[in-house]
Amino acid sequence: MTTSNPKRHFLRGTRDALPFLLVIVPFAALFGVVATEAGLNVAEVMGFSVLVIAGAAQFTAVQMMTENAPTVIVILTALAVNLRMAMYSASLTPYLGSAPIWKRALVAYLMVDQAYALSQIKFEMERDLTVSERVGYYLGTVAPLAPFWYGASYLGAVAGAQVPPELALDFALPITFLAMIAPALRTFAHVASAVTSVVLALVMAWMPYGTGLLVAALGAMIVGAQVELYMERRAA
Amino acid sequence: MEELNHTTVWFVIFAMAIGSFLIRFSFLGLIGDRQMPEWVLRHLRYTPVAVLPGLVAPLMLWPAATGGNPDPARLAAALVTLAVGYFSKNVLAAILSGAATLYGLLFLLG
Repeated sequence: MTTSNPKRHFLRGTRDALPFLLVIVPFAALFGVVATEAGLNVAEVMGFSVLVIAGAAQFTAVQMMTENAPTVIVILTALAVNLRMAMYSASLTPYLGSAPIWKRALVAYLMVDQAYALSQIKFEMERDLTVSERVGYYLGTVAPLAPFWYGASYLGAVAGAQVPPELALDFALPITFLAMIAPALRTFAHVASAVTSVVLALVMAWMPYGTGLLVAALGAMIVGAQVELYMERRAA
Repeated sequence: MEELNHTTVWFVIFAMAIGSFLIRFSFLGLIGDRQMPEWVLRHLRYTPVAVLPGLVAPLMLWPAATGGNPDPARLAAALVTLAVGYFSKNVLAAILSGAATLYGLLFLLG
């Protein structure tokens, strides 16, 4: 390929991202329903989905607000869920770092797990892409995801009030999170970190306002990192 | 459940919007090619598995919907979700099997 062709890569990105709609749409609708049940109005649900645009963190914030946790703790814990995106940001920087600042800001606002995962693989496999082709591909992946994220959140919020308790939607959040965690348990270090998180969270459940979860998360991150180091040394 | 304070909700939304953007923009915005210290990356790698299981565990064991008492249908659904997700690496398959288990058992145990 001799000329840069961002548009073609945009379309490739869109095509690659389409299967993820199967995850995004129910997840967003669920957020709308759960948040509405928790007492948020439609504008607040949309505020979360459009401004924050990070499902797991949004669910975390709503869950903790219903537990009447102090606002600072709600924000800190929900942002901790998003810390993984600092890692995404770091790993995309070598590929997108020389794009204009407004494009990098757009990439940052639209940074979601699926877009990151697809783009990271694409950029690694196809080393000769130009920066604008890379930005094209990345924006292509979020082109279907973001609008459906907003739309399904809205539908969930509007439908939320009519969902009967027999549907046991209280358990939709644990199931969704478990489904996201399970495939991430790739190594022994990940398993050790997850187990630490569970044990510490249960042991620290007496701590007021969800502060126990912050302690558990911190401890689990340290355990994960230390186990990884230990495994590396043993393998070397 | 107490009524949520809507000013607080919007405060949380804006704080999270700004915080999330700064986290996402961090390295893309600040650096071109400089490297992050390895120890920072090593800890960041574990944030999802460090936060989410701890959040879910009490909800699994002590669900508010059953007055905080362990519930066989919900526990079984959680374990099925975890097992299917672990072995299939498929998020959607895990959610669907968990939901099927939950509704199946809620119906059977009525």
